[in-house]
Amino acid sequence: MLRTRLIKNAIAKQSSFVLLLISLSVVIIIGIGLTFKSIPLFESFNIWDLLTNHVWAPMKGSFGFLPFIMGTLSVTLVALLISCPLCILSSIYLTEYASNALKNMVLPLINVLAAIPPVLYGVWGVLFIVPAIQSYIAPLFGVSTSGYTILAGGIVLSVMIFPIMISIMVEVLKTIPAELKAASLSLGATKWETAQKVILRKAKPGIIAAIVLAISRAFGETIAVLMVCGNVSKIPTSIFDAGYPIPALIANNFGEMMSIPLYDSALMFSALLLFVIIFGFNLISRIILNRLEGKHNG
Amino acid sequence: MHAHPIIETEQTQVVSPAIQPHIQIQDLNIHIDGHHILKNINLSLPNNSITSIIGPSGCGKTTLLKTLNRLIDDTKGVQVSGSVFVNGEDIYAPNAEVTHIRKKMGLLSQKPFPLPMSIYDNIAYGPRIHGTRNKKELNAIVETQLKNVGLWEEVKDRLDQSATRLSIGQQQRLCLARGLAVKPEIILGDESTSALDPISTQTIENLLVELKKDYTIVLVTHILRQARRVSDYIIFVYGGEILEFGKTEEVLLNPKHEITRQYVKGFIS
Amino acid sequence: MDNLKTRLFKEKVAKGFMQLSGMLVTGSLFFIIGTILYKGLPYLSWEMITQLPKGGFYMGKEGGILNAILGSLYLAGVATVLATIIGVPIALFLNIYIKTSSKLAQYSKLMFDILYGIPSIVYGAVGFTIMVYFGIRASLLGGIITITLLTIPIVVRTVDELIRTVPNDLKHVTLSLGATNWEVAKVFILHIKPGIFTAILLAFGRAIGDVAGVLLTTGFSDNLPRYIDEPAATLPLAIFFQLSSPIPEVQGRAYASALILTFIILIIVICTHILSSKQNKHKL
Repeated sequence: MLRTRLIKNAIAKQSSFVLLLISLSVVIIIGIGLTFKSIPLFESFNIWDLLTNHVWAPMKGSFGFLPFIMGTLSVTLVALLISCPLCILSSIYLTEYASNALKNMVLPLINVLAAIPPVLYGVWGVLFIVPAIQSYIAPLFGVSTSGYTILAGGIVLSVMIFPIMISIMVEVLKTIPAELKAASLSLGATKWETAQKVILRKAKPGIIAAIVLAISRAFGETIAVLMVCGNVSKIPTSIFDAGYPIPALIANNFGEMMSIPLYDSALMFSALLLFVIIFGFNLISRIILNRLEGKHNG
Repeated sequence: MHAHPIIETEQTQVVSPAIQPHIQIQDLNIHIDGHHILKNINLSLPNNSITSIIGPSGCGKTTLLKTLNRLIDDTKGVQVSGSVFVNGEDIYAPNAEVTHIRKKMGLLSQKPFPLPMSIYDNIAYGPRIHGTRNKKELNAIVETQLKNVGLWEEVKDRLDQSATRLSIGQQQRLCLARGLAVKPEIILGDESTSALDPISTQTIENLLVELKKDYTIVLVTHILRQARRVSDYIIFVYGGEILEFGKTEEVLLNPKHEITRQYVKGFIS
Repeated sequence: MDNLKTRLFKEKVAKGFMQLSGMLVTGSLFFIIGTILYKGLPYLSWEMITQLPKGGFYMGKEGGILNAILGSLYLAGVATVLATIIGVPIALFLNIYIKTSSKLAQYSKLMFDILYGIPSIVYGAVGFTIMVYFGIRASLLGGIITITLLTIPIVVRTVDELIRTVPNDLKHVTLSLGATNWEVAKVFILHIKPGIFTAILLAFGRAIGDVAGVLLTTGFSDNLPRYIDEPAATLPLAIFFQLSSPIPEVQGRAYASALILTFIILIIVICTHILSSKQNKHKL
């Protein structure tokens, strides 16, 4: 009896361990697979050229990734400019000012926002943001555009990263000890001054980690941005230009890539680029967040 | 610092035919994250009596209790050296089977932790995993054990209700009954009454005193009065060492060490 | 005292900005759902959710998107079941079988955190490459594998969070009854059962909404897949394709399809919410 139970236990242990190894090996498979498929491209071009060349003409054998890198960067930058201030202010409000009732109402709503699939954000962008830019915002600056722009991508993306930013920032702000706030308040500081000078300073690493995570989410977002960005492979010079982020490049061209030499390798290289950057960003911010959490618990 | 050898009492001689003590600790040392938590513990716990481990907080008394059923294994950064013999079997031997050892020792934790199931299933859980499937047998075990802890009359009509609905005092008695249902030889109590009201505390204390005729009981407590009320022997742990081990009255009324005396008087807490 | 006045004024202004930001952030949710509701409702019909696309559907002729709805449910359903079967034991292993403070546990959890952040387009690209390598065509199978891999980290992380809320004493008392780790794991599952359903729903929500992963691996089809190696339509892809059509009628159907997806997601969210409040009630 005891023996069968121990055997069952051992089997359960071993099989979960195998599942763990298989699941973790996905990281390695992705890394190696993408590198392996990118090799043909590396053999013909040097990496620096690929990253700085701005001519994307696969038919002519020219693979310049700069327009896509700039597309990704500019969309992400616009998104951050919008969502960073909004999220930091909202998080402070939620943790320092809001009543519990309000918190219990707002935080679940933020979770709903997180649950909305990217394609719906895309639909919203196409239905609302793009026309708004075309007929109201761009004319305001004297520009005429279809609305499918870096700005549209940035706005849609900023809303998509609200949830991840706010949920992490709220967690981080919660770890600030109440004594610290009390000390500042009892010195006669207003709540806002306390927030500015004590809380934000103390929470800086955590907030940066949240922003870095949000950036990596923004880098990888594919379909919603693809739907509103215009997808023109030129380096954007204004937020009213169309842009072409890296994920969109992969998604748009996968079907036809087989017939053109090196095309598949080039797309795999862009996936590798995304993977490496996002892996690095995630690693950094998770380490910061884990450390904060450890400090808080200990 | 060595503990006293086992103190011979008539009681142990009469009640237990086995002269060998249930629990014997030899040269036990415990390091946690490099800190020496327990130092050279040598101890034989008297059978069929209640031994209380007392001492200031952080002295290592709970650690000592957890080494007895190897729950210490779960602690971060722990290193154990030395031996603990349970019925003559070294539970820290490299090939020791922990599951089997733990079954022999019922644990009554600080707060009651009913399993997430009904009252009936809480009691039946242990016997079931150890192979009792017969419905009649299980019914009998549940009834006996609940009667044992004086809970039967209170819950017999709602055995299929969730155990979390019981009051906290009832929950702790249920946990005791659950532990007894796997037929342990030893009961380990880790400040088992600290979450309870005075009346429930008394009920548990009375139960333990009653149970000692069949079990060897080791309690960790920070309440001196409780140690005095229930225990036959007292171990005083200080700074990871056993400073004193003897009969309750001896340790409390006539301690050999100045530190013990101060603790008993309430100078150290 | 003027100084104090300006400081208090600043406090007021700051608070006003914070409230405004909070409203914008929360409001964006209602704004998105509102927009989709407003645009989609007029096009929503019974036909849409009960019929397969008929010839010329994408030119504005008759039919519905049942293929996409069912395709999505198949795909997300199977992938979620697989991710649960794989993810729950992993989370239990990391918390019960090995010490949570061990290097293996810590690094594994870090890896799952990172895997969680890897975008689905990367999973899709790798999945596609592997399928090409083995000669598998775009199919339900390819999509299921990709989406399963995508959702495993969600399940592991959520269940891990849940287990961490269970006091260690539950493990100790169960072990003290002579239980093996496997038996402890079963007690833990009982204890966090409502939470596990939450994890499953979260994973399902992510699985059913994903586009980038299925775009490259699942293909698209007007028919219901009869076998696992046939291409299948998914709801988000159907939305995407219809939206890029120049015909207004088809675009309208994209809005309606978006509305259907919104409904599914909202149902999932509400169920999750109910279950997680249940979890709190059973807390010790």
